[in-house]
Amino acid sequence: MTHATIPTPGPTPGPASGTSTTSTGTSQPAIRLRGLVKHFGDVAAVDGVDLDIADGEFFSMLGPSGSGKTTVLRLIAGFETATAGTVELGGTDVTRSAPFERDVHTVFQDYALFPHMSVLDNVAYGLRVRGLGKKERRERAQHALDTVQLGHLGARRPTQLSGGQRQRVALARAIVLEPRVLLLDEPLGALDLKLREQMQVELKQLQRSLGITFVFVTHDQEEALTLSDRIAVFDAGRIQQLGSPREIYENPTSAYVAGFVGTTNLFDSATSARLLGVSAEHAVRPERLRLSAASDTRAPTEGEIRLGAVVTETIYLGAGNRVHLRTDDGIELVALEQSTGSLDSAEHRGDHVTVRFARADVVALT
Amino acid sequence: MTSTVPDTDQAPAPALRGPVARPGSRLLHRMVWLRLSLLLSAPLAWMVLVYVVALAALLITSLWSVDSLSSEIDRTWTLDNFRTLIENEVYRNVTVRTIGVALAVTVIDVAIALPIAFYMAKVATPRARRMLVVAVLTPLWASYLVKVFSWRVVLSEGGLAEWTGLGSPGYGLTAVVITQSYLWLPYVILPIFAALERVPDSLLEAAGDLGAPGSMVLRSIVMPLLVPGIVAGAIFSFSLTMGDYITVNIVGGANQMLGNLVFVNAGAANNLPLAAAIAMIPIVVMLVLLTAIRRTGALENI
Repeated sequence: MTHATIPTPGPTPGPASGTSTTSTGTSQPAIRLRGLVKHFGDVAAVDGVDLDIADGEFFSMLGPSGSGKTTVLRLIAGFETATAGTVELGGTDVTRSAPFERDVHTVFQDYALFPHMSVLDNVAYGLRVRGLGKKERRERAQHALDTVQLGHLGARRPTQLSGGQRQRVALARAIVLEPRVLLLDEPLGALDLKLREQMQVELKQLQRSLGITFVFVTHDQEEALTLSDRIAVFDAGRIQQLGSPREIYENPTSAYVAGFVGTTNLFDSATSARLLGVSAEHAVRPERLRLSAASDTRAPTEGEIRLGAVVTETIYLGAGNRVHLRTDDGIELVALEQSTGSLDSAEHRGDHVTVRFARADVVALT
Repeated sequence: MTSTVPDTDQAPAPALRGPVARPGSRLLHRMVWLRLSLLLSAPLAWMVLVYVVALAALLITSLWSVDSLSSEIDRTWTLDNFRTLIENEVYRNVTVRTIGVALAVTVIDVAIALPIAFYMAKVATPRARRMLVVAVLTPLWASYLVKVFSWRVVLSEGGLAEWTGLGSPGYGLTAVVITQSYLWLPYVILPIFAALERVPDSLLEAAGDLGAPGSMVLRSIVMPLLVPGIVAGAIFSFSLTMGDYITVNIVGGANQMLGNLVFVNAGAANNLPLAAAIAMIPIVVMLVLLTAIRRTGALENI
């Protein structure tokens, strides 16, 4: 199932400006992974990953915990050494290099701020390591803090900051070094929903304005869809599907991807044979299903599938309703209805309805 | 209890729903002060008795004197004992020697404990870590006297140290420092190990990620975070050495430390007030030291 690597077509409209330092005019990918394998004891955490990540791309690695996405990130950063395969950064093989020799920086899940240093000293740490003078260090660190809107908190200790503020400090500490690639390991995982949505927007803006490559690890499919230029969906140490958010969502190639990214209605081969006349797994998204009254007995239009069903549960989501159904021949379905704005929910438990969906919205899985 | 069909109408089954009647617990729940005083009164009383009263008794005894003819304790308060301590050169020398030995032991122990603790906390596999913790702790189960006597055997002329070609240091201050360093090492390793364990790996990784090579990570990240652990360990080894007299008796040759003077005066010389006065010296030294450590703010980063 290892995906043949697509020589990245550069789907990003963002960094095309060809900003100063990094762009060498060649089509060299920022990160190139070839046959990457990592074993921990008997367990293959990463089991053959080939991947090209383009310069300036916002790339997400999506998968459940234990799928190997974080290990791939750590292999790129150099915290782990590959069992087999190579890691190239900007055309240079760094498979055996130490983390401090690699031109990538990481934003850690727990932020990993140094508790014994002020916020400003945290941000200036990388500059200190590089032997910059105190004055320049402070100026650059201050500028990086201003970029993440924390310019006024430089004198504080990390323990005196809120979760969202620590997150920004961690970002500032990494971007102050102007890396070609920024690795983000579930950076928003510890934040509450409101803050997370706000940080998503800011991350995206930051990435666009800096024009650097972001490699973003997350288990939150919505976050991946929102932020990314491209997504790799991981399972069991391999990439299950690689593509733009739209491709991943609209055209999942496997039941795994269809089920992991968003909710989906899966039809097994037998059901598909009955409904569609094709004996292979298929999937259709809940928002593609239309519900109408059971009395609606019009003949199906061209390419439409109609099923009689009973509502087994209606869940109010605010922006809409999620309606769980059981068709007359026993298939469990989920439909997503836009809210009509009326206080009366359209369907109630036990209602008989007609489910309609277009044949074209049904995706064949391989 | 669990029979589903109640076939007898004996005592009604306890109600599953509704509040449980427990007046005692309810009272404790409401009266916070009562809860606290019940919880703390016994240990507090013990602390007061053991620490405060004993120290006060020591201080008071040190202000008494002994009648040189009748050997009876004269309970009139006088500073004569402390005057003796300051004016007599012997006590000054012994104090300096004791502090010197305690410092040497502390430096040696910290130097040995740091790499061991680092290996235990950050390098070893969980299994090896457990084994090492046990290995560090086991010497504490053996009798203190046995350990010191075995060092006497090792360090004596013709002993193990000589066989291995290292040469015997003979009985003296060197032997005291070696033996004490061995005795107190676990007390230094454990707090440093505990401090290191609390440093998340991600901090070390982050420092490396930002471009710091290993030596710089150690200097700028690990060491500052370890200071509280090191200070705790150093306080252990320093104060334990300051107070010890048995080791000095066994491997110290003719040398004496403060503990020996206390022992001799409390026993053979039968001058309990002077012994009490001498015992005040390590206490004062430790108080000065702790105040100094507090001043540097080393303990504020915990």
